[in-house]
Amino acid sequence: MSMETSTRRSDQETLLSVDSLDVKFEVADGNIHALRDVSLAVEKGETVGLAGESGSGKSTLALAIVQYLDANGWVDDGSITFEGEDLLSASKRELRSIRGNRIAHVAQNPSSSLNPSMTIGAQIRETIDLHQDIESDEEGTRRVHDVLEQVNLPNPAGIADRYPHELSGGQQQRALLAIGLSCNPDLLILDEPTTGLDVTTQAKFLDLVEDLKAEYDAGILLITHNLGVISEIADRVNILYAGEMLEKGPVEEVFTSPANPYTQALLATTPEIAKDKEVKPIPGRIPELDAIPNGCIFADRCEFATEECRTDDIEMASVDGERDHESRCLHWRDVVDNPIDVPAKQASDRTPGEPILSINHLQKYYDEGGFIKNLIGDHDPVKAVNDVSFDIHEGEAVGLVGESGCGKSTLGRTLLKLHTVTSGSIEYDGTDIDSLSKQELNEFRSSCQIIFQDPEASLNPNRTVRQILERPLKLFTDRAADERRTRAEELLNQVNLGSDVVDKKPHELSGGQQQRVAIARAFAADPSLIVLDEPVSSLDVSVQASILNLLEDLCEEYGTSYLLISHDLSVIEAICDRVAVMYLGEIIETGSTDQIFDPPYHPYTRALLSSIPTLDPYEEKSRIRLDGDVPDARNPPSGCSFNTRCPQKIGEVCETDDPDLEDGGGGHCIGCHLSEEEMSESLDATFDQG
Amino acid sequence: MATDTSTSTESTGFDLPPIVGKVLSNRRIGLGLAILLPIALVAILGETVAPYDPTATHVADRYAGPGGQFLLGTDHLGRDLLSRVILGGRTSLLLGFGATALALLVGVPIGLTAGYAKGRVDELLMRIMDIIMSVPTLLLGLLILVVLPSNILNVVMAIGVVYAPRIARVTRSATLSVSEEEYVMAAKARGESSPYILFREILPNVTGPIVVEGSVRVGYAIMIGTSLSFLGLGAGPPNPDWGFMISTARDHIYQTPWFLIWPSVALLLTVMATNLIGDGLRDVLDPREVGDHS
Repeated sequence: MSMETSTRRSDQETLLSVDSLDVKFEVADGNIHALRDVSLAVEKGETVGLAGESGSGKSTLALAIVQYLDANGWVDDGSITFEGEDLLSASKRELRSIRGNRIAHVAQNPSSSLNPSMTIGAQIRETIDLHQDIESDEEGTRRVHDVLEQVNLPNPAGIADRYPHELSGGQQQRALLAIGLSCNPDLLILDEPTTGLDVTTQAKFLDLVEDLKAEYDAGILLITHNLGVISEIADRVNILYAGEMLEKGPVEEVFTSPANPYTQALLATTPEIAKDKEVKPIPGRIPELDAIPNGCIFADRCEFATEECRTDDIEMASVDGERDHESRCLHWRDVVDNPIDVPAKQASDRTPGEPILSINHLQKYYDEGGFIKNLIGDHDPVKAVNDVSFDIHEGEAVGLVGESGCGKSTLGRTLLKLHTVTSGSIEYDGTDIDSLSKQELNEFRSSCQIIFQDPEASLNPNRTVRQILERPLKLFTDRAADERRTRAEELLNQVNLGSDVVDKKPHELSGGQQQRVAIARAFAADPSLIVLDEPVSSLDVSVQASILNLLEDLCEEYGTSYLLISHDLSVIEAICDRVAVMYLGEIIETGSTDQIFDPPYHPYTRALLSSIPTLDPYEEKSRIRLDGDVPDARNPPSGCSFNTRCPQKIGEVCETDDPDLEDGGGGHCIGCHLSEEEMSESLDATFDQG
Repeated sequence: MATDTSTSTESTGFDLPPIVGKVLSNRRIGLGLAILLPIALVAILGETVAPYDPTATHVADRYAGPGGQFLLGTDHLGRDLLSRVILGGRTSLLLGFGATALALLVGVPIGLTAGYAKGRVDELLMRIMDIIMSVPTLLLGLLILVVLPSNILNVVMAIGVVYAPRIARVTRSATLSVSEEEYVMAAKARGESSPYILFREILPNVTGPIVVEGSVRVGYAIMIGTSLSFLGLGAGPPNPDWGFMISTARDHIYQTPWFLIWPSVALLLTVMATNLIGDGLRDVLDPREVGDHS
């Protein structure tokens, strides 16, 4: 967060200005007006955030700026000016010399944006050769290495010779950024740069973007759905909704006193860690682009909406002329005066009962070697879950948190007997799940259910909602056909879906509705345990909140236990009573939600928490950044598995002895050689790896 | 015979209702159907539309050219070529669709099982399929028909066996990806039986590639059936059949080229039509397209 932005913007040099841009797409049944009257400005040396839910037109705007819209899309009206040049009237030749050279667009998905058959170095070199006069081969190579060094990739010469698949996700994202930076662009467009990265990797990437901004004096347009990311590194923010800009202004003002009901609702709906607040869902849905309502597009979901909001087009109103804070709302004064009152989180009154599942020294190895490799014993299995023990009790919600690849999903699925156990045991009601009789297995299946991350993939596309919901009833209960029918509708009602969806197929529903159907299916046969595998991470933030609240309500109502698997600590905190933190196949810390988060003790948990971007632009917090990447699960480090990245490593003992989970009191178990006092020492900038 | 044909058309057409409109509006499929349907109709009607008995010889009119009393002319024994092409079509179409239906019946369950079970079962089944596929198709067909008496049912069976591995392979690869989908995982978590998962959860979602492969196979099956009877192992005289007609016509090419031309044209049109339909279905049934339409 830089403070220089408080100087008046007109003093600065405008790099990019988009004025009243209209973009249309031709589709099968007419034209879609994807962007309407969108204006945006990026100054030199400024980071401008562009936020919005999926379908709001963020990427369309980015593509329109670089004149790269799909063949069926065109700019209908408005202007795009870059350093005084009109991009809309630029010839193809001029555009080519601008793209990649003066404007760099870093696309969303690094694994598909990098060419898998070219080395990283060659891909960077390609851009440089196209746009710059390179005297000699050595100079080209040197520039490739320079730019790789700038994005903090260790050993640039080594990285340049590698292929994309040989890099981790975070490294790929850096390599992609290096391509963008290779010609010293004046404007860098980052389209969802950290989506799909782990929080620890994301935090390091954001630090890097901050550093680069200072170094290059370039303008950055940062597109993301993650408001925390914007709050962390942007100077100004633009809030886009269904193709219209609803609010724009300096991050400090927009995030602390939003002047648009949508921004306000969006901030209230985002779960935050250690803020002790409930999340407040936004009612309704984003309007379809082929049926844009008259007047304000947010009116249907807005608490402040009046008759006049629905009649005329709403113009941008100036909230703070001095700092260019504008809002497209007739009632912005009311909005500023009436901040949303978010109720404090109520402690759950759930009392855990007897253990449902007991997991003892569970190991799950994946043997990827083929027949021959097994024969000569020339490989190590992937240790996805390594010696994990814990219990899940009746009526409690247990959170399982960790970065991607730590084995949390494998653990969840192994518990439900979807994978075989390598060693150790899982006991259901006192019986090992591997020795259940057919009858008992059926009972186990009916009482333990699972909800997946991607609702679209978890519902059979060829079934109607009714068939999906009635199937478990038919399998697990002896209800007659008409009873199943009523129960299916009752379930839909409980997950807040109308019975009009009952004959629809999954693809006719929105992502949030699909997830509700999946939840209804899991609850159909009154289960006692549900494994939730990242249940909200593929949903938009406004939908996320309503699903979280629904899960919370159902948990109370049915007394069901949850095992909530997530990489998102704020989601875990919102629902869970107890948390287990997982790293490289092992549980390194468990305890009640308060014990884990408030304050965190284990060095890894501390790093995870400090990596989460917060919504408050003024908040100062400790920055703990982890070095390097998660080690290979095929060959985990000796001793404590976290020792290779631990900022508080003591010494040899960490490399030789694997710490046991020790109960530090009240059921809070930590697996670390440090004492509790040492773990709570403040970690200042000396550990800040930037 | 007529019932056989209708069941086999069904097996290549178990479409999902919402895409029926899409299927019919596809140009290639339209063109293919416009060619295939009249041929099939005439072949099914057979004797009722044929102007002469296809086996009746008119010795006085041997080697007649087209036009006149015999619309398409006559062959070396004075049999009416139009009637023979019509009745021969019945054999060829029956071969094409019958053999494909058999190949689907055998290949689909094998492919589903291999793709879902993975591991050793997969290895075992697919290596057997590989062995069958490693023998040239025509040679394998010949081998089977040398052992078995050569009648139309055995020809259908031989071609069905020859093409089953190809269907199995396509089914397996589609199954491999679908069986990783979370709704399959959800079905396992519900404790569904393997047959239920295979035929109710997976099969409806892999029909696209199978239908495409099946419709392309129909054309190939007709070709191979024709080749077999060209080599003298088909349904056998006196029943007319395009392959056998072409093979006989070869000896009389200097007396009347029409004898060779008509069955060849009929064969060409039929195979082209089935390939057009196959290509069209490939476009329409592309799973990504099916999933996206709203």
